[in-house]
Amino acid sequence: MSEAPSELKYSKSHEWVRLNDDGTVTVGITDHAQELLGDLVYVEVPEPGSELDAEQACAVVESVKAASDVYAPLAGTVLAVNESLADSPEAVNRDAYGDGWIMQLKPADSDAVNDLMDAGEYQKFIETE
Amino acid sequence: MGNKTPLYQAHQAMGAKLVDFAGWDMPIHYGSQIEEHHAVRRAAGMFDVSHMTVVDLHGDNTRRFLRFLLANDVDKLKKTGKALYSCMLNDSGKVLDDLIVYYFSENHFRLVVNSATREKDLDWIVRQAGPFEVQVSERPELAMIAVQGPQARDKVLGLLDDAQRTVAAGLGLFYGAALGDWFIARTGYTGEDGFEIMLPGDTAADLWNALQAAGVQPCGLGCRDTLRLEAGMNLYGSDMDETVSPLVSGLGWTVAWEPQARDFIGRAALEQERAAGPAQKLVGLLLQDKGVLRNHQRVLVQGVGDGEITSGSFSPTLGRSIALARVPAAAGDRCQVEIRGRLLEAKVVKPPFVRNGKAQIELD
Repeated sequence: MSEAPSELKYSKSHEWVRLNDDGTVTVGITDHAQELLGDLVYVEVPEPGSELDAEQACAVVESVKAASDVYAPLAGTVLAVNESLADSPEAVNRDAYGDGWIMQLKPADSDAVNDLMDAGEYQKFIETE
Repeated sequence: MGNKTPLYQAHQAMGAKLVDFAGWDMPIHYGSQIEEHHAVRRAAGMFDVSHMTVVDLHGDNTRRFLRFLLANDVDKLKKTGKALYSCMLNDSGKVLDDLIVYYFSENHFRLVVNSATREKDLDWIVRQAGPFEVQVSERPELAMIAVQGPQARDKVLGLLDDAQRTVAAGLGLFYGAALGDWFIARTGYTGEDGFEIMLPGDTAADLWNALQAAGVQPCGLGCRDTLRLEAGMNLYGSDMDETVSPLVSGLGWTVAWEPQARDFIGRAALEQERAAGPAQKLVGLLLQDKGVLRNHQRVLVQGVGDGEITSGSFSPTLGRSIALARVPAAAGDRCQVEIRGRLLEAKVVKPPFVRNGKAQIELD
């Protein structure tokens, strides 16, 4: 059973979203997603400053076998990216909700995060998917 | 639901993630493809390759038949148990499959062919065998386990009785021998030493479990692919198929041109291509930038033309991305690869990338 912390929000494309105190959000891929992908060997992060639409492909995670897109769970501006993934992509496998974060966004709409699934809804979603 | 090998339950018990492979439910990994890869390079790993198709050929004309069927020449096989790698070509000199042929006796040879091409291969072989009066019989009751890595042979030898151990320990590279109802050969598809063991399916799980108890890592087909790529070994369906010849697939060395009098299927077409000079070649690529080379990415050789990656992946041993690519024959030692609209620099190298645990290319 994959882990899905209750304080986070989730997208149907298996990204997690943490709402920070300053109104920004941190985004990564879920434990379930990293498990499906297997050992990651390369992560391509977006350019800081870029404007993302909701559900826009904005990063790429590559396992030994295949490349998969990461989608913006909500619209916003990229404030920061996890540069350390360039040298240690395996952090996503090891610690998907911590060291394996991918980017920090300033949401275009501060309410958008409420449209995402909570942990319980996400767990149900991956059982039925 | 796909076909299941005799080891299916053992795979489930050992936590395998099972996927469809050419109609078979096969393990892709047992947790971590990269750890399994390293286990084979550094110690010992085992693969269930029971999905592969084993075909026995019987009859007085079997050698003569195989000298016609295969591009390599089975007259190189003089001693019982000796194995040979060969392409099987169609009349146009294109690759129907690649296979291993074992010599047992003048009226008994064995082929091991790919499972994805099973039906096509059997149809072709049966059709060609007719005039030679060679009997073609598939051996679906046999399982096959590959044990590979620097410690692989010792792990297997430790499970044998004294008489068997003497025989198995004495096998040279690319030789095999019968041990009771087993056939054990010093062959593989990883670039490491080891054995491939064919045995009755109903006893395969016992061997598999005994090997695990001896410390051999169960390995999925995922790392089998990265291991063979590092070893510079072709994969049928990716690096060559019915649209290309061995000469543009890095397999010219497997074609036995001598003696000139030997007629084999595809020979005339292949000789024409050789005389004209093959338009392409299969090379190794080492990505200089960060990223991962993948099958079908476009390769650009400045001033020469385009090529394509036939097998690309991340190399766990080198920590870099590597590939096999079909490029114009005039390509030099540099090229670019298009990945998601960007052009990344790659160095053209001569495979293998890794053999016996060690890098065979310069990484700079």
